[in-house]
Amino acid sequence: MSKRSNWAIPYFIFLVLFVVLPLVLIVVYALQDGNGSFTLSNVTRFFTDSDALSTFAVSVEVAIENTLICLLLGYPAAYILADKNLNKSAVTVILFILPMWINALMRTLATAELFNVFGFTLGKGTLLFGMVYDYLPFMIYPIYNVLLKMDKSYAEAASDLGATPVQVFGKVTLPLSMPGIFSGILMVFMPTVSTFAISEFLTNNKIKLFGTIIQENINSSMWNYGAALSLIMLVIIGLTTILLGGDEREVEGGTI
Amino acid sequence: MGDQNNYIIDIEHLSKSFGDNQVLKDISLYIRKGEFVTLLGPSGCGKTTLLRMIAGFLQPDEGTIMMEWDSKGGKTEFRDVAGIPPHQRPLNTVFQRYALFPHLDVYDNIAFGLKLHGVPKDEIDTRVRKVLKLVSMSDYEDRDVESLSGGQQQRVAIARAIVNRPKVLLLDEPLAALDLKMRQDMQLELKEMHQKLGITFIYVTHDQSEALTLSDTVVVMNEGKIQQIGTPTDIYNEPVNSFVADFIGESNILNGTMVHDRKVNFIGHDFECVDEGFGENNPVDVVIRPEDVYLGYELEGAQFSGTVKSCVFKGVHYEMYVDTDSGNELQIQDYDAFEPGRTVQMLIHPDDIQVMKKERVENVIDCKVIDETHIEMFGEEFECKPIHSTGSGSVESGTQAKAHIQFSKVDLMDHEEEGNESGEVWFILYKGNHYHLTVKTESGEYVYVDTNDIWDKGDLVGIKILPEDITVETADEQEK
Repeated sequence: MSKRSNWAIPYFIFLVLFVVLPLVLIVVYALQDGNGSFTLSNVTRFFTDSDALSTFAVSVEVAIENTLICLLLGYPAAYILADKNLNKSAVTVILFILPMWINALMRTLATAELFNVFGFTLGKGTLLFGMVYDYLPFMIYPIYNVLLKMDKSYAEAASDLGATPVQVFGKVTLPLSMPGIFSGILMVFMPTVSTFAISEFLTNNKIKLFGTIIQENINSSMWNYGAALSLIMLVIIGLTTILLGGDEREVEGGTI
Repeated sequence: MGDQNNYIIDIEHLSKSFGDNQVLKDISLYIRKGEFVTLLGPSGCGKTTLLRMIAGFLQPDEGTIMMEWDSKGGKTEFRDVAGIPPHQRPLNTVFQRYALFPHLDVYDNIAFGLKLHGVPKDEIDTRVRKVLKLVSMSDYEDRDVESLSGGQQQRVAIARAIVNRPKVLLLDEPLAALDLKMRQDMQLELKEMHQKLGITFIYVTHDQSEALTLSDTVVVMNEGKIQQIGTPTDIYNEPVNSFVADFIGESNILNGTMVHDRKVNFIGHDFECVDEGFGENNPVDVVIRPEDVYLGYELEGAQFSGTVKSCVFKGVHYEMYVDTDSGNELQIQDYDAFEPGRTVQMLIHPDDIQVMKKERVENVIDCKVIDETHIEMFGEEFECKPIHSTGSGSVESGTQAKAHIQFSKVDLMDHEEEGNESGEVWFILYKGNHYHLTVKTESGEYVYVDTNDIWDKGDLVGIKILPEDITVETADEQEK
């Protein structure tokens, strides 16, 4: 083993302790009953539990709605930010990214307080508002990044070949920004499926999300069922990632 | 101007600035149908800006571009294209870095323009296959463009442009990214393609040999201005100024004096030449191509002699540097080698001597009078020789004036802080026994300097001028 590869050891230990071990524990708990013997009942219980299933359906529905709204609002914002003719200053970009610097929980609490002050009834509308507000920067940033790095000569070449500005966007800019869009979708969709804090504060738990029932189960010491639900969620998120071909693309447009 | 019906593009008085930087200054140029025109110049000379304006990506600040245009009724007219976006112009561009769409394969890249114009599917198919054959890429239609080599991408980029049958094909340094061998092959292919297609080509390059090889007409540009327009032979044999002479091919550029018609003095000797009309005893620039100096240990009719300093074999010829009896250095090419250290005799034929009017004999810089011994120049204060008051008595502060400074009186300093003003070495010309430098000041003006010191292009320097070397001429003096 060469000296340089020794540097990896602390990270390896970290990964084992904080990523691999918890994952193994989730799988172990999920496949055990209260007495510690092996069972699949926790997993099958989910598929027969109509409450859990409907909560799951609501979660996915809310997550899809949130992702769509973020995409529809975020793409034009990213496009404007990345266009040097429309946006001449880096300050605007920072203003869009700035909310990411503040803890999401605090922002959500503040939003809930505002709704109270102005007398809005808490429900689906306020839930979606809170989610979009929390996750919009995660949609804008990867798309902005891809658009910013995109060689301007592609758009020029298209227009040179006879494309109107609308065609340039539809046939070149949009297809070439797909990696950013996928990245954005992943970064918004995945955490919204598992969130529970936002629904707790912004709907007073009137709308339960998948994350909420996991949290309720764990809180009431039903570790095995909670772990099974977590495992199911993990599988779903994993499938989404594979479906969107996200693994490599995320690296390109993802983090800040 | 010739036959106007023959033009396909006519550019008049075009100017363009980006911020404070004027990149094109009053460009006028016409392009004939079917011609292969090259815009040639160093980077930053404005050639790409001009091409992008023709394509429609940039709008001129001043001036007009007229273009042959097919109107609806099937008639062709000549029209001003101001404000017409690129997608409506009857021309196509081959971009420097190809700009092939990475999400489309070779076939779809080439078919892109045809699909947009609603060409029927069968016709797209035949036309795409035909151009693929023309650029020898027939088997590649399903390939991903990113899997192609640079040369292949280049061919696809050319195919994508010509498949639309544009009136004019614009090429922006299309071969710059290829290696030398590949570049030479592509040059020949481009020339062949041009002859086969009969389309007008406008080609941008900074490579003079490429320009000479390919073009019917070369447009040499520098600092936003057209220096010379002509056939490759004209440009090579009869450069109009020292910039063109230096930029095109190898050359010796020397200071000379026109004694009278057909007689010019340089490197300390009088030579017969074929040039007339430069007046008597006027300073001129003389250009001698390295292959035009005849050398021999014993040479009949020799005009001057010198000592061989170095001799290097260059494949076909030997390249030698010879110190002449008057202390000038000449670059000479010959098929025979001459030993370094030996004395040689030399002769130059009258028609190989190219005499050019000097663009300038001293620096003349716009300035503003501060008081009798101070002026403002390049945005800085300079002390100068006492300004002669004309009649009325005192010299008024704030008057516009011109400062005259000899080339050899401008000192360049290693450190920018040491001078009254700082600048960057912009262009270097070796004149046989000294360097003639163009220095761009921080304020964006040009100062010309004669020096024996060796500087590199891009060096940052301090510019120092002693007060007694600045002669100021006020506006009223000029009127007289």
